[in-house]
Amino acid sequence: MTTDTPAVVAEGLHKRYGTTRALDGFDLTVPAGTVCGLLGPNGAGKTTAVRILSTLLRFDAGRARVAGYDVTRQPEQVRGVIGLTGQYAAVDEVLSGRQNLILFGRLHHLPVRAARRRADELLAQFGLTDAAGKSAGEYSGGMRRRLDLAASLIMTPRVLFLDEPTTGLDPRSRNQLWTAVRRLVADGTTVLLSTQYLEEADQLADRILVVDAGRVVAEGTSAELKARIGADRIEVVVRDAAELGAAAAVVERFAAGPVEVDVEIRQLGAPVVERVAALGDIMRALSDAAIAVEDVGLRRPTLDEAFLHLTGQRPAGVPSADQPAGAGVAA
Amino acid sequence: MTSTLRSPSRMSGADSAVRPDSASGGALARFRRALADGWVMTGRNMSHVIRSPEEIVIYFSLPIMFVLVFGYVFGSGMAVSGSGYREYLLPGVFVMTMLYGLGATASGIAMDVSRGVVDRFRSMPMARSALVVGRTGADLLRALLEMATLVVCGLLVGWQWRNGLGSALGAVGLILLLRIALTWVGIFLGLVVPNPDTVGVIVFPLAFPLSALSNVFVSPDLMPQWLGTIAAWNPLSATVAAARELFGNPGTGGDSWPAEHSLVLAIAWPVLLIAVFAPLAVRRYQRLSR
Repeated sequence: MTTDTPAVVAEGLHKRYGTTRALDGFDLTVPAGTVCGLLGPNGAGKTTAVRILSTLLRFDAGRARVAGYDVTRQPEQVRGVIGLTGQYAAVDEVLSGRQNLILFGRLHHLPVRAARRRADELLAQFGLTDAAGKSAGEYSGGMRRRLDLAASLIMTPRVLFLDEPTTGLDPRSRNQLWTAVRRLVADGTTVLLSTQYLEEADQLADRILVVDAGRVVAEGTSAELKARIGADRIEVVVRDAAELGAAAAVVERFAAGPVEVDVEIRQLGAPVVERVAALGDIMRALSDAAIAVEDVGLRRPTLDEAFLHLTGQRPAGVPSADQPAGAGVAA
Repeated sequence: MTSTLRSPSRMSGADSAVRPDSASGGALARFRRALADGWVMTGRNMSHVIRSPEEIVIYFSLPIMFVLVFGYVFGSGMAVSGSGYREYLLPGVFVMTMLYGLGATASGIAMDVSRGVVDRFRSMPMARSALVVGRTGADLLRALLEMATLVVCGLLVGWQWRNGLGSALGAVGLILLLRIALTWVGIFLGLVVPNPDTVGVIVFPLAFPLSALSNVFVSPDLMPQWLGTIAAWNPLSATVAAARELFGNPGTGGDSWPAEHSLVLAIAWPVLLIAVFAPLAVRRYQRLSR
């Protein structure tokens, strides 16, 4: 495979369950060596897409290729070069962590000694050496997820599918998992990551695809999407309504979009890209212009708002967030 | 990472003539790989048994209890009394133990399929048959251990084989053939049930009448005629009758057609069961990717 062949390609995938369209014209291209995030709410079709691309699920129409192999016609070749870690740890709960990794190594056709050596390496790498002899069923959620990821990495995969890998994990386990994924990517593995968390996609993904109702509704880098979503907003309340015009001119220099003025409450609002830098710049500039500021706040768009912007409707199952997060100003 | 393992395909190109290891070679190489994968899965299933010792106790206490309870409790009320009845009974208990093993097969498969681990197996370059081959392999090993336990137990309570070792091994072979056939029934059941807990609920009501309505405990000749006919045609009865004949144990008689052709039926029934349930199970297994 040459480097310019995309690692994952999906064209017009359709998958129906009865009358439900799980995928409805799903397209995707992931360049080799990159991390692609699939961002979307529950039921958007992320898991269906991942299961199809990892050969677990048949589909009704469309085409899919992974590492240059056709998913339908060459599933065995695909299975030889992929790794899969899902939201439920796919390990044998009766066997010990070490037995699990040896088993999966043997099923990758490693000789016994090589499988044992690889198991011990991975246990050490994922901090599971002390728990190597314990049943995987007795592991904590984070340990089990780490074991599951280790099992996907027995043969360093060309393409790694991560289906909501950190759902339900504590921050420490989540960071450990992210570190492991970054190391893999540095090694040349392509990653397709599905997640419900904007932050996770933000942390790991080079490109993010927003999925809703079985299709990709928006695509871009994290910065591009945030700009489209309306990015973070800065909100400034000035002491004197007469200075609103001057303040708006200052804010506009650092804003990523139009400045909105609310004379009634003497407030200015504008989208910003680098939130902390923009806050500093704006406060400094306002101070230089001798404009008295009564209050200032940054607020970040929630995933809910992101969906509102990108799909024009609230995602199913996500409660509406009317209260702005981290607002310093009464809106 | 101290070292990185790449599958051979990583080096070769998708468009080059060299195909990945997992798909290379002819039918023979594939078959060998399927056997190897099946053997690895057999080992995995055996590790399960070793890691839960309480299960081992249950496995081996059940057949022993069958011998003692049925041999002595029922034996005291039977026309052929004492060791005579126990000699009649033992081949039946061998077969009945094989029948109850079906529950373990079904729950083992149901457990695998209900857990996330089956997704990992299915996303790996292993033979798809390995899950089922490994189950069959492990259950057959277990059946061998159960047979050994039962034979020792039987010898202790007065059972013996009277037609030489060759015939005795032939009888054991027929009993294991039935066990293999029942494995496929169990695999199918395990794939059909909604969750592993339902297996017991389904298997017991199925296995109990099947073993009672046979020649395991009582000769079908002594039953009301319609019951006797059912019992005589019961697949278990064929294997039991054939085993009695080969072991040289009493009770081979009976003038019904199935009783006179028990050897043929002891091969035909299991083959028929495999022919029906193996394709059903395979179809059901493939439906996992729907």
